[in-house]
Amino acid sequence: MEQAFFLFVAVVATASGLAVVLARNPIHSALALMVCFVQVAAVFLLLRAPLLAVIQMFVYVGAVIILFLFVIMMLDVRKQARMPFVKRWSAFAVVIVAVLALEMFALLLLGGQWQAPSQELSSGQMSSVREVGTSLFTEFLFPFEVASVILLVALVGAIILTRKETG
Amino acid sequence: MVPLSWYLALGAVLFVIGIAGVLLRRNVLIVLLSLELMLNSVNINLVAFSNMLEGFRGQIIAIFVITVTAAEVAIALGILVVLMRNKATLEVDEVTTLKG
Repeated sequence: MEQAFFLFVAVVATASGLAVVLARNPIHSALALMVCFVQVAAVFLLLRAPLLAVIQMFVYVGAVIILFLFVIMMLDVRKQARMPFVKRWSAFAVVIVAVLALEMFALLLLGGQWQAPSQELSSGQMSSVREVGTSLFTEFLFPFEVASVILLVALVGAIILTRKETG
Repeated sequence: MVPLSWYLALGAVLFVIGIAGVLLRRNVLIVLLSLELMLNSVNINLVAFSNMLEGFRGQIIAIFVITVTAAEVAIALGILVVLMRNKATLEVDEVTTLKG
């Protein structure tokens, strides 16, 4: 049952991921990426990380994709939509992609120690939000503070970058 | 029970799709969207290993990855808006101001 659910989610995620790369219109790409993010949230649920699934939905689907859609609609994409898919078919880039894909799947197939199934988890073993929160605010307090400063810098930086020059 | 290797395979597939998007497409917006896809595949790997090791440190690192991604998207889209204002192009090959 769980495996069937995973396979369904994985197939939808891969298909929408391909749609992100292959779609001609950036708006279609962004919407396909939204579908892919929802599938990844389902994968997090399967991995017993409910907090991360919720964060994924809020941050990616709720904020990042909406920001992308705003910017795409602000910019004039009609000319871009008529642009050919790949202007100059760069053989070098294709070779890099092929080598990386081969390498990654060779490592996955040859690395036999990861073939062992993970331990049996019952539904009662959902890692609780309390555990993650406690660890985040004690053991990982310094990275947490650094992340907040990074977010502040990004906020200020984005405002300053896009501000019109006024004298 | 889903084997760990399935999660790793899904992560690898999404990562390769993202790399293809970054390297083959010429549209800056699609390049950024593919970058998001790659970061998400890395998150799948982190959470899968955290699940296998019966801990939740992978989850916490994934939370930080999501945070940094949000900051990166804000800055990247800000740069993109300024770029459109100054050069009116979305093609990565035409943005060569720093080439000298």
